Amino acid sequence: MRDMKYSIFSLIRNAFSYHQGWQQAWRSPDPKSFYEVIIVGGGGHGLATAYYLAKECHIRNIAVLEKGWLGGGNTGRNTTIVRSNYLWDASAALYDHAVNLWHSLSQELNYNVMFSPRGLLHLAHSVHDLQEIGRRGNSNFLNGIDAEYLSPEQVKKMVPFINLNCRYPVLGALLQRRGGTARHDAVAWGYARAADALGVDIIQNCEVTGFDIENATVKGVRTSRGDIRANKVGCVVAGHCSVLAEMAGFRLPIESFPLQALVSEPVKPIIDCVVMSNGVHAYISQSDKGELVIGASSDAYNSYSQRGSFNIIEDTVGAIVELYPLFSRMRMLRQWGGIVDVTVDRSPIISKTPIANLYFNCGWGTGGFKATPGSGHVFAHSIAGQDMHPIAAPFSIDRFSTGALVDEGAAAAVAH
Amino acid sequence: MLLIDCPWCGRRDQLEFSCHGQAHISRPQYPDRLSDEQWGDYVFFRDNPKGVHYERWVHTHGCRRWFNAVRNTVTDEFLATYKPGDPVPAVEQ
Repeated sequence: MRDMKYSIFSLIRNAFSYHQGWQQAWRSPDPKSFYEVIIVGGGGHGLATAYYLAKECHIRNIAVLEKGWLGGGNTGRNTTIVRSNYLWDASAALYDHAVNLWHSLSQELNYNVMFSPRGLLHLAHSVHDLQEIGRRGNSNFLNGIDAEYLSPEQVKKMVPFINLNCRYPVLGALLQRRGGTARHDAVAWGYARAADALGVDIIQNCEVTGFDIENATVKGVRTSRGDIRANKVGCVVAGHCSVLAEMAGFRLPIESFPLQALVSEPVKPIIDCVVMSNGVHAYISQSDKGELVIGASSDAYNSYSQRGSFNIIEDTVGAIVELYPLFSRMRMLRQWGGIVDVTVDRSPIISKTPIANLYFNCGWGTGGFKATPGSGHVFAHSIAGQDMHPIAAPFSIDRFSTGALVDEGAAAAVAH
Repeated sequence: MLLIDCPWCGRRDQLEFSCHGQAHISRPQYPDRLSDEQWGDYVFFRDNPKGVHYERWVHTHGCRRWFNAVRNTVTDEFLATYKPGDPVPAVEQ
């Protein structure tokens, strides 16, 4: 079992042995025949769930089953943006819970997740946009979330090379200073290492192929590495949630779409905040490696292909070049797609299901990364307790029959 | 880039088309008799298969007419397109 705490002292100590003494960050155990809780999906949300189950709910017999490798799905495919300036109370509570956890996450996990609250701008390009950010900013105030309204001159001060008088002129912006970015892979690895230290079995290359269900109660899962019994099962599988729901015999109000992103060649520091724009569909930040990280809107057709259409990239890059003409000669290094699970109200589903003891955490759509710690935290408490965590309660799947939707479609960063 | 075979115009660039989700959902004949669950199911719940998907497309920047398509959601390959009202083509699953 790993007992090495990462610190400046362990770094110095290991330097004396030419860094040959570092241990594996987590074990690779074979699956046992029974676990108290099984989490399906080894992305950020699933690993965070396992960590908080072990740490705060004192359940130690936990497995995380991952069909590929840790963080190889949407955790490793997003644009790493963290923010909580959502419109509705329910969403504000959920995402701000996450942002609060982000601020101390590196210390909590003893793993540098490189959370950088560098500030995040939402640009407004029309009177409607100005009204929208005004309304959302006021809503954020009421929920205790920081929001500042910036004039075009103030935007120019933060991003000196922005072209304010572009095709859709920049008329203002909403700034959340507590927002920013984090290193996405490190989030998965940090949670995996911390969960493993608490005894969680992280089992990779283990695909769930079915559920054992008796009397509408889940009794275990069938996997590519044998059947495993469990008291409770939580599924956090993003784009494939409909596939798992079908195995369990119910449907979800979710469609899976490809969402693309791309990064440029690395350059010297030029942009020290995140800039998003609903109006022209593009957002940009700079990674610590120096790459410009650019996000796009999703392809609007069902797909599991993990790639999207070229015209989406063309539109996105077109918008970026119009806003930042300086970048017109940048070369793009990599482009990829992830499969996002989109609900009709653009809010997640954190819920019990028609099958007893089977829980689903899905529907994060295009914006799940920012919520990783909060999502895992409330999902863990919901699985461990009798009732759903109060922050998770409004995100029940029941809302699609009661009509109590959390309609964040208009407030999301990029229109869907 | 995908080429899409519009049943009216022939093969055209994917750019000209937009997808509008699952096909062959008919509005309930007596909505007032449905429970909240049944109505929610009709309005919000959709098939989201990994594999063959029957869906609606519209040739937005072409003839602007609607049609149905059968597509594999893993490969994005179009298996068939057909006009509304035409019999649903059988495809290999």
